[in-house]
Amino acid sequence: MEYFVQQLINGVTLGSIYGLIAIGYTMVYGIIGMINFAHGDIFMVGAFIALTVFLIMLAIGVTALPLILLIVLIVAMLFTSVWGWAVERIAYRPLRGSFRLAPLITAIGMSIALQNFVQLTQGARVKPLPPQIQGGVTLMQGDAETGAIVVQLSYMQIIIIVTTVVLMTAFSLLIAKTELGRAQRACEQDPKMASLLGVNVDRTISLTFVMGAALAAVAGVMFLLYYGVIDFYIGFLAGVKAFTAAVLGGIGSLPGAMLGGLAIGLIETFWSGYFSVEYKDVAAFSILAITLIFLPSGLLGKPEVEKV
Amino acid sequence: MADIDKVGSAEEHQAPGALVEWEQRVAGYQGEPPFVQEPERDSAIVAALKDAAIAAGIAAALFLFFIGFRTDIDFGGLELTTRWQAFAISVIAVFFGRLLFRVLFWGPRQRGGRSLAARAMASRAGTPLSERFSRHSGLFGSFALAAAVLYPVIILLAFPLKDKQFIDLGILVLTYIMLGWGLNIVVGLAGLLDLGYVAFYAVGAYSFALFAQYFEVGFWFALPVAGLLAAFWGIILGFPVLRLRGDYLAIVTLAFGEIIRVVLLNWYTFTGGPDGISGIPDPTFFGLEFARGDDNLPGLLGIKYDSAYKQAYFFYIILALAMVTNFVTMRLRRLPLGRAWEALREDEIACRSLGINTVNTKLTAFAIGAMFGGFAGSFFATRQGFISPESFTFIESALILAIVVLGGLGSQVGVVIASIVMIGGFELFRDLAEYRMLIFGLLMVIIMVWRPRGLIATRDPSAVLKERKSISADMVAQGEGH
Amino acid sequence: MAAETLTAAEPAAPHGWDLDPVLTVEHLTMRFGGLVAVDDLSFNVGRGDITALIGPNGAGKTTVFNCVTGFYKPTEGRIIMRHGKSASEDAIRRLTETGEPWSESEDGAIFLLERMPDFRICKDARVARTFQNIRLFGGMTVLENLLVAQHNVLMAASNFTIGGILNLPGFRAARQAAIDKAVYWLEHTRLLERADVPAAGLPYGAQRRLEIARAMCTEPHLLCLDEPAAGLNPRETSELNELLEYIRGEHGTSVLLIEHDMGVVMEISDHVVVLDYGEKISDGSAEHVRNDPSVIAAYLGVEDEEVEAAEAAARAAASAAAAKGRAENGPAENGKDTP
Repeated sequence: MEYFVQQLINGVTLGSIYGLIAIGYTMVYGIIGMINFAHGDIFMVGAFIALTVFLIMLAIGVTALPLILLIVLIVAMLFTSVWGWAVERIAYRPLRGSFRLAPLITAIGMSIALQNFVQLTQGARVKPLPPQIQGGVTLMQGDAETGAIVVQLSYMQIIIIVTTVVLMTAFSLLIAKTELGRAQRACEQDPKMASLLGVNVDRTISLTFVMGAALAAVAGVMFLLYYGVIDFYIGFLAGVKAFTAAVLGGIGSLPGAMLGGLAIGLIETFWSGYFSVEYKDVAAFSILAITLIFLPSGLLGKPEVEKV
Repeated sequence: MADIDKVGSAEEHQAPGALVEWEQRVAGYQGEPPFVQEPERDSAIVAALKDAAIAAGIAAALFLFFIGFRTDIDFGGLELTTRWQAFAISVIAVFFGRLLFRVLFWGPRQRGGRSLAARAMASRAGTPLSERFSRHSGLFGSFALAAAVLYPVIILLAFPLKDKQFIDLGILVLTYIMLGWGLNIVVGLAGLLDLGYVAFYAVGAYSFALFAQYFEVGFWFALPVAGLLAAFWGIILGFPVLRLRGDYLAIVTLAFGEIIRVVLLNWYTFTGGPDGISGIPDPTFFGLEFARGDDNLPGLLGIKYDSAYKQAYFFYIILALAMVTNFVTMRLRRLPLGRAWEALREDEIACRSLGINTVNTKLTAFAIGAMFGGFAGSFFATRQGFISPESFTFIESALILAIVVLGGLGSQVGVVIASIVMIGGFELFRDLAEYRMLIFGLLMVIIMVWRPRGLIATRDPSAVLKERKSISADMVAQGEGH
Repeated sequence: MAAETLTAAEPAAPHGWDLDPVLTVEHLTMRFGGLVAVDDLSFNVGRGDITALIGPNGAGKTTVFNCVTGFYKPTEGRIIMRHGKSASEDAIRRLTETGEPWSESEDGAIFLLERMPDFRICKDARVARTFQNIRLFGGMTVLENLLVAQHNVLMAASNFTIGGILNLPGFRAARQAAIDKAVYWLEHTRLLERADVPAAGLPYGAQRRLEIARAMCTEPHLLCLDEPAAGLNPRETSELNELLEYIRGEHGTSVLLIEHDMGVVMEISDHVVVLDYGEKISDGSAEHVRNDPSVIAAYLGVEDEEVEAAEAAARAAASAAAAKGRAENGPAENGKDTP
């Protein structure tokens, strides 16, 4: 039981990170119908920026941890957004209205380029960051006689889960209530018509990429602080998993992305906890395949009525 | 706004109505709505400088934390170093690069948002090149085949010191051509986006390696078995997922590719895990081996053993396999099955209304594509003599897909050109090992932006009544997900 | 053929379409969530007739088509396709009970279309269709479009590709026959000159004709056309009428069409079925429907009571006709069958 609860907490934490990345995939897919393959690498870029900013803060002698975290978060979000914007501007915008596979190939190209750019400038070796936030709340006391273990909800996990919930809520409101959100939804439905009605489609799409990148940066910061190890390659697997999450949740749906992220996080953690760590990716992908076969539009996606 | 040149000459023989409609369609694709355009205020030079300055500013934001700072592992944690000089140089380079680019390609901005030079580029980059190619594709094909057949001989005679390296490069290029042709069946003809093609390559390679290890089977026996096994896996995978829509299919195939790799990596007792399988036998030549010793082929022929000869033998094997792939594909295109694949890519619903069993049709495309991947895989195993899951990562799938798309979907010649450019170019930059993947990625972006339809952007009709006319790729659909 | 008028007071002799239907739609209901697109619809399509399905926008006509051609699975109802001589009511009941999708007897085959997947409806039950928004294979030439339509014949002739790869003589002959058939239909749709042009490059009217030619290449017993005259100019429309008359006259193919152009409907239809809000409001000859008050009401809009009254009258007339048709399962009067 204790073990189960601990795995549950770990799974939700991991799922939150996946969910944050998945939102970027789902928003971009929703608005221009393409798989932004470079999004996982944007997440990686975010983690690297966060690491560097963290070290700069320490170097210039800022010691208050909450302040450092806040600055790291904001700077990472800002600068990662520029990356997200630039990728869209360079690799996708020239192909707007072009053929479906062209932006997919440029996305893969961008992904390769980003990985190797970071490898080139920051080196190929992993970067360990010692844990900054320690301790936590003990939920269940371990008991040596029954073999039960201590169940702990660490402060880091609390931060991750709370940040995710706050951001999720904020973004849902943004999409639902603001002018930008309305423009986004209009572009999703029919970009040509939206532009005729005065929506600046290019700007809306750019902003979508910026928002996605900002959330990926948050995920990057969380990943850095939670795992304490990053390298130039973390973006690929995290990206694939997050995309899987977006598809699982029903692509185009924000709550779906979050739900899919949680599902993937939980599946992975429980599989690792109870069966084998090696096959956790197999488990996640198999669940994806099975879900799609029986629920072709994902968990929360709108079922598609075939237009004849 | 629509430049007729770009639309191409395929419309020459068509009714004016179609042309007008087509123009409108092309116009619809281009540019932003007019009201988005800001009025031009600055003179050309000031505007160009401003533009370059903005680009440099963005570059500064992008590069600051990557070139400006660097983190390295040091005693007791991470160390931060700064590289202001490199940072400044890179930002200045972007400034002048942008300026130069703008002067060269954009020129003074026109009302339509594109300069005359850009338009000229566009029309030059449009159909004529591919038109020329497709008109002479038969000739090109024979020429390319002759060149390929003579390649090892020329290399052996002309570069006796570097012969192995060059023949090896030829083998590599041909392997990718074969893989590209195999994937072209799935993506180019049937329009099914497969991001996990490398899985079938892996199945082929491991089939042969494992057969050789456990049953001591030779290459020529294992080759068809490996192909069949790969096709079988294609069907196993395809059956549940082929009813999925385009992008879902893409992600599931990607997932499948990863699953295969993870299983190969972790099933230590069977596949050797990360250590892979070594000692995979070379192919024999009618029972004779390419090795030292009088009983073996070089000895019997009375020539001195040279490992370059073995390389040449490998070269001819992959050439033959690739040509079989090409022959079968070209034949299939003219058969009802191949035509149904293309029809499926164009419009699945219409296919169903015409009595075509779309599930079976997709499955055959998947299985036949997988089969050629399996053949190529078992060739890869025998050539390397050693395989491990390292060789079958997603990046391989992406590379093969890039070759197909860059070459021009469905174009056999395009795959050849793209393979030579990508793989050949990649190997040429061997000295710049650190930079070449970066350049490779950027090259993919640049080529795609330059020619979104790929290098060969025409389709050759599979049946002709009177006059063969190639079809501009602008009319050809790219498969599911529209 | 059957052009007698039906008066509500005195049900005349049964119509041809009720005596020898090629297609019978019985109690067809199609719901999408809460929306009832088609509600308990029954009608017959006579063998060798041109039958028009008309109604205001959103009346559920295309939904009926999609149910008949298998793109939608109807919520309820039975759709019977008959080949050859009319099968007895008894045979249909037995087939319905077995749960099989089709059966064959010396009288010809019967198919329950609601049980068949879409591609089998074309392949086995021989119902071909066109689409409201044209669905051609745009990047393939006109000729290729017509060859794709002969997929199943060619596939068998190529021994499922093996013989084709070896280019066996049997396949070569079949391929030539397929091209000949394509040329035949190209001649009759005036597209021969454009055989090697991509379908997407054809003007609109030619695309409509090509879609019909493509459907005819599957050798259908029933051809379903979804607004074939939409977007055509008057000259093209009259050509379309001729083409449809030719298809029916020379090939004996029954035609079911959805059409908004009343000129076309009135000129060529033997039988008109009118839908409104998913329900049948009138069923009869062109003349009958033209004068039916409920049809006029549906198109022009009138007070509710009037509509109700008209609908009640129409329903009574329809059920009387249907009962009549069911009672008298007479022999086929029509010899024309496959081309």
